[in-house]
Amino acid sequence: MLAWTIYLSFAGALAEALLPKGRNALARWLALAVAAAGLALAVQGFVAGMGQGRLTIVDVPWVPSMGIHFLLAADGISRVLVLLTGLAAVAGVLFSWNIELRTNEFFAFFLALIGGVYGVFLSFDLFLLFVFYEIAIVPKYFLIAIWGSTRREYAAMKLALYSFAGSAMVLIGLLAAYATAGSHSTGLVALGHANFPISFQMWCFPLVFTGFAILAGMWPFHTWAPTGHVAAPTAASMLLAGVVMKLGAYGCLRVGIALFPHGLDSWGFSFIGIGSWRDVFAVLAVIGIVYGALVALAQTDFKFVIGYSSVSHMGFVLLGLVTLNQIGVTGAVMQMFSHGIIAGLLFAIVGRIVYERTHTRQLAELETMHLSKRLPFAAWGFVVAGMASMGLPGFSGFVAELQVLVGAWIAKPWWALATGVGIVVGVAYTWRAMQKVFFSDALPSAHVLEQEHGQHFAAITWPEVTGVVMLAGVSLWVGLYPRILLDSIERAVKALLAGGGQ
Amino acid sequence: MNYERLFHATLPETLLELAALLVLLVDLGFLRKASLKTRIVSSVVIGAGGCLFAVLVLLRNGAEAFPLGNWMSIVKGIERPIIPPDFATIGLLLGGGPYVTVLQIGILILTILTLILLVDTQFTRHAGEFVAVVLMAASGGLLVAGAQDLLVIFVGLELLSLGLYIMTAFMKGSGKSAEAALKYYLFGGMSAAFLLFGFSYFYGLSGSTNLWEIQRSISMSGTNPLFYVAWVLVVAGLGFKIAAVPFHLWAPDTYEGAPTPAAAFIASVSKVASFGLLLTLSLNWLSPGGPIYGKEAVVEPYLRAVYKTWPGLSVIMLVVATASMVLGNLAALTQVSVRRLLAYSAIAHAGYISLGIATHSSYVGLGSAWIFYGSALNPAIRMNNAVVYYVLTYGLTTIGAFGVVSVVERATGSDRLDSFLGLHKRNPLLAAVLLVLFLSLAGIPPLVGFWAKFNLFAAVLGVSAGPVPFALVALAVALSAVSLYYYLQVLKRAYVMHAIDETPIKAHPVTMAVLVAIAAAVVILGCFPALLQNWIQSFYPVL
Repeated sequence: MLAWTIYLSFAGALAEALLPKGRNALARWLALAVAAAGLALAVQGFVAGMGQGRLTIVDVPWVPSMGIHFLLAADGISRVLVLLTGLAAVAGVLFSWNIELRTNEFFAFFLALIGGVYGVFLSFDLFLLFVFYEIAIVPKYFLIAIWGSTRREYAAMKLALYSFAGSAMVLIGLLAAYATAGSHSTGLVALGHANFPISFQMWCFPLVFTGFAILAGMWPFHTWAPTGHVAAPTAASMLLAGVVMKLGAYGCLRVGIALFPHGLDSWGFSFIGIGSWRDVFAVLAVIGIVYGALVALAQTDFKFVIGYSSVSHMGFVLLGLVTLNQIGVTGAVMQMFSHGIIAGLLFAIVGRIVYERTHTRQLAELETMHLSKRLPFAAWGFVVAGMASMGLPGFSGFVAELQVLVGAWIAKPWWALATGVGIVVGVAYTWRAMQKVFFSDALPSAHVLEQEHGQHFAAITWPEVTGVVMLAGVSLWVGLYPRILLDSIERAVKALLAGGGQ
Repeated sequence: MNYERLFHATLPETLLELAALLVLLVDLGFLRKASLKTRIVSSVVIGAGGCLFAVLVLLRNGAEAFPLGNWMSIVKGIERPIIPPDFATIGLLLGGGPYVTVLQIGILILTILTLILLVDTQFTRHAGEFVAVVLMAASGGLLVAGAQDLLVIFVGLELLSLGLYIMTAFMKGSGKSAEAALKYYLFGGMSAAFLLFGFSYFYGLSGSTNLWEIQRSISMSGTNPLFYVAWVLVVAGLGFKIAAVPFHLWAPDTYEGAPTPAAAFIASVSKVASFGLLLTLSLNWLSPGGPIYGKEAVVEPYLRAVYKTWPGLSVIMLVVATASMVLGNLAALTQVSVRRLLAYSAIAHAGYISLGIATHSSYVGLGSAWIFYGSALNPAIRMNNAVVYYVLTYGLTTIGAFGVVSVVERATGSDRLDSFLGLHKRNPLLAAVLLVLFLSLAGIPPLVGFWAKFNLFAAVLGVSAGPVPFALVALAVALSAVSLYYYLQVLKRAYVMHAIDETPIKAHPVTMAVLVAIAAAVVILGCFPALLQNWIQSFYPVL
């Protein structure tokens, strides 16, 4: 059944593209229906898969001469991320309710992107995964370039080229792996047993890992992320931060670590304390966490704050992955889910609820608007989202980051210590943004005040309320009852770390 | 010489020539007073009919081989017949290798598409002549793709090239067209001289004009340094045909100045034919385990010695391939004319394909090749199929791209990037076709261009492991990431940027139907990549 999430999304995209112009309401409801159906399928698949290992969904030969199969399957990790995609899709449609420009095209690109994302999470064939991974690039470009804001064409092109460069690196690595394995199967499971020579893994692993990690926003290849997030329309930034960055992290785990486990082995010598690729990527991840947080602290644009916070939070995912222990990797997957929900919520509030009413994202200008009084819903929504983002107990972020930190401590204590700095700064930038935007007493100039008087912001609409409640609710639920996801994730991570069989 | 056999072997070419004569007869004889529209349509219908006939003949018989003498007597001491005579190229003028049939059918189909695109154009009043020249050039293409003898190669190439020069110059009122044709002609004439010069060396050194004989006589006598001179000359001559750096200088001007159908023909049919020729050369001169006599090569120690790899030619091709990939992709970044952009992208694509042809040689696993003989798993066959797959799909995509450019150009009067502004409003269907075709050229899955690149690069790594091929594949993949930028430049104007002029662009329904069909083919073949692969593979004998 899970496979239908993919087919349905692409069919929806096609239908939207063929929809006559001007039927905006129809386009919206159609998109919502498709996204909701995808979410329903994802929930159904998640529930049905509870307590089970990897389940094959579809397996038919696709390119027989090269041994490529159209092989869709799902294990615990896949099911959790598919669920995330379903949630992000529904939320994305809800927060795009106000798109009036080329509505049907917007949702066509949106659903095509969603379809590609579902495809990546469900593919268990190396090249099938890659195909879906690349399918996701083009819609992103158009979503940002057409419906975006600040420097959208620049940001869209930058994002597309970064993504494509990353996927080129991945493709080189995959082709090399395919040629080296010499087997005529490209299934992830089969290749997991291929026993690549260690010297091969040593150079192929960093290539593939970096290629995927570009999309996960790994420092210093993160620069596409803030500009992309800021320029993108709200739904697209929700998807970018919510699920697209997870594609990169997922690829790092499913392809990089699972296929080339010995690529993380020690080099046999160490240089300034770095003795393996694992150390290299851990250091980059920690730098990403701290750097992203520090830069977020200095931003003057509300959306840039959230954009850099994504870089910081994705650093946790990458750090969790390279801990290579059960709890760290579980935490990384958990963080993928959690950040997907929370980043979506933050972008929704910043980009849609606030910006669409105030038409500014400058902290200095927002300061003077008394938003806590004039937009109480947004203020309280942001407080909840901000707390979740800081990693307060009770929200999903806490469970995830705690696990990553414990995993990092087990691997190398100083990783966890350095990360702690990032967490503290994380509290600071969230607090600063919250305080400045919503709870500031600063008064505008008399002139502006006069204009403001008697001018009310548009009322909060039902799609906004639904979206915020849904995302915040999920984050809270997972935070209070993390077992619901952890059971699935832990089992899959265990199998994956045990090697080969996944 | 058996003339009946010759007639049989050249039946497709003959059919094209007959169709060309019929077109002239009808157009000049009966329709002199008719309107231009009628004359174009009747010429196109006759021409396309001739091509279809030829396709049917090829599908029924395959490309037939034509031996000059008694092929059996040439190789002594081997139990006969190990391979069916039609697949032996020993002593052949025209080869009937499985890939030749595929390429010839491809050439004919691409010619038909070019002809149909002609329906909507008005660059000339001499429709009959243009169609006749197209058909003759196409028959030259068929010869080139199948030739196994230096003389036949040269005759075929000249037949093809002369047609192309005339087609380029056909827009008589346009100075650009004349300039393009003159440049093309001068470059072409010079490269033909190089080629002939190189051929004369081969003949002088080996005493034969037959490819297989040349290979045999060289491997018997050892490599003479003069062969390197000959190879360089031949690569210079053929590099012109495929627009590989540094023999590419004509391409941007010709693509820009030629009438669109002529440019589309040059970019597709001529490319397919020339790459077919390069495949033949590399199979004969480079590949030890090619599909044609791979089995003999491994069974007979005597023959095994014959199929030595010749690194010289391989190195020359690698240099040309690398230069083309780099220069083509980088130069395309700064173009403002879409036709010139397509020309540079064509140079880049020629680089990728040449990479495949250059590494054809390096396959050394003679001992095991016979197990896979004739199967898709033989690395040499995989390389062959990958090149054929690439060339055919590239030709198809390019024709479509030129079709779109032609429609836009007619409406806006220019092929500048800015004339594509707001295309999604002016003609949504056309914009969608452009999106599909350009993304396919950039190699985005699930479009067919991705699989073409993917097959080719996988085949390169499959036949030749080692740092150099790997580095070049890595370079090629990295450069295709670069290429996305310039393809997006066009798509950005079509989809993202605001239109200055929003009047709808009308396209002739026939043109639109062809373009949509091409885009659909690109999507379908991309979603089911095995379709085309299996079709190509089906021409190989099952042993």
